[in-house]
Amino acid sequence: MEKKWKMQAKGLNFYYGNFQALYDIELGFRERDVTALIGPSGCGKSTFLRCLNRMNDLIPISRVEGEVLLDDKNIYAPSVDVVRIRRRIGMVFQKPNPFPKTIFENVAYGLRVNGVRDKNIIAGQVEKSLRQAALWEEVKDRLHESALGMSGGQQQRLCIARALAVEPEVLLMDEPASALDPLATQKIEELIHELKRFYSIIIVTHNMQQAARVSDTTAFFYMGRIIEVGETDTIFTNPKNRQTEEYITGRFG
Amino acid sequence: MKDSSEESLSGENGRITGIFDKGAGLNVRRRIQTLWFTLFRGAALVNGFALGLILFFMLSRGWQAISWEFLTQPPRDSMTAGGILPCIIGTLGLALGAIAVALPIGVASAVYLNEYASSGKITRIIRLGISNLAGVPSVVFGLFGLAFFCIILGMGVSLAAGALTLGAMTLPVIIGATEEALKSVPDTYREASLGLGATRWQTIWRVVLPSALPGILTGAILGISRAAGETAPIMFTAAVFFTPKIPSSIMDEVMALPYHIYVLATAGTSIEQTRPLQYGTALVLIALVLGMNLVAIIYRSKLRKKMR
Repeated sequence: MEKKWKMQAKGLNFYYGNFQALYDIELGFRERDVTALIGPSGCGKSTFLRCLNRMNDLIPISRVEGEVLLDDKNIYAPSVDVVRIRRRIGMVFQKPNPFPKTIFENVAYGLRVNGVRDKNIIAGQVEKSLRQAALWEEVKDRLHESALGMSGGQQQRLCIARALAVEPEVLLMDEPASALDPLATQKIEELIHELKRFYSIIIVTHNMQQAARVSDTTAFFYMGRIIEVGETDTIFTNPKNRQTEEYITGRFG
Repeated sequence: MKDSSEESLSGENGRITGIFDKGAGLNVRRRIQTLWFTLFRGAALVNGFALGLILFFMLSRGWQAISWEFLTQPPRDSMTAGGILPCIIGTLGLALGAIAVALPIGVASAVYLNEYASSGKITRIIRLGISNLAGVPSVVFGLFGLAFFCIILGMGVSLAAGALTLGAMTLPVIIGATEEALKSVPDTYREASLGLGATRWQTIWRVVLPSALPGILTGAILGISRAAGETAPIMFTAAVFFTPKIPSSIMDEVMALPYHIYVLATAGTSIEQTRPLQYGTALVLIALVLGMNLVAIIYRSKLRKKMR
């Protein structure tokens, strides 16, 4: 029983000025699946992730060719409003980046900018999101203190809560645990397992064990191309491609 | 496989070649370090010394002139006695007016240049204009103000014309400070905000500007306090030789501290007799400027603490 495609990249090329960073990417992401993007530094996996919510639009000299479908609609179509797309596709960044505001205001931010005014709705949504991010019990008594006083792991879970508050359908995670200690990393991974029940998750990681632990599907990127994609178990136990095997066994990259 | 260069490097003694036994020893290197650091420390001390000397002169020669009357009365007896209240009010008015003009325009320009404009030909020309504006001598601003605000716009010699001139002079400082402050806001804040479905404007208004505010305000106040001490831009546009009245509208002419010092020190008939008044006025001006800077610094550290 195949789950349906939530997002699909079709014939995606990406350029920074004259430099081509992605070549002909064809990759689909299933609903309520976790997909890991792996590959050595500079292989284009983060660039690809940022194509999926049009974060690369911010780079003035960049150019995209091809399509990215969200529920079968191309998010690069001229009629599409990028602001709406970014609400539907949440993003968590490599370094925890809470705003210099209170814990409450960090989570409420996305609601406020998207036009939610009702105080009760905001408060309810903030609590729900913090619970989903497994942070509520730790912060419920200091919601109105600055988010910058939290530990790195808590900050990252706050950023996840902040992303969840605007009810995205897809969650993009760009090495979400690479700046965290092992315990905090474990919490994030457990969280990904929980969130998978509701969201399609795409995670970039440098950590092979992490990819193996959290993902259902793995795509191996090298030099701007997808070298191999398949079920995570297969990729890690029986890769078809020699480069994939060398990378996951730590012989290069 | 060994090549010949490797052979000669390792030499007969093997790993230890002795190349570090020759050349400048540690003692020499330490002495060179001490020499340079002493020179640099001297250079740094010159700054403190200069400020100290200025303050010492002003205090030692001006403090006798300072009295309650000096601060609360207009000058009398052809400005050889009495106080400088109209000058204090005039200078404060000019500074406030200038900041009211320059802050919104400067911040808006910097936000446009740093957050919105693509780096094309037009923005390059605007930037070039701004950096050249910063290099225009203050007396040229004064003449420009006279020609444009006083005559063409018909403002005459007035608080408004002077404030606009000082504001124009401060614009590049405020734009520069604001751009610096905006650049120091991490891009990750912008990305986080946009990633949640905020528009670029919402991102600027709700995240970027609040984070940049301490830097913007200190830059603005430092720029204004600098401008408040200028004589040339206001001597044709706002300041008059003598007026006992406190300005009641922005179209009134005013007295101002820097111009008053200039007048007392050069244009009077009793220059020697008013020497203490000159130093007293200078002391008040310095106190005013340092006071503004102090307010800026305290305000900045408060804002920073609040954000932590």
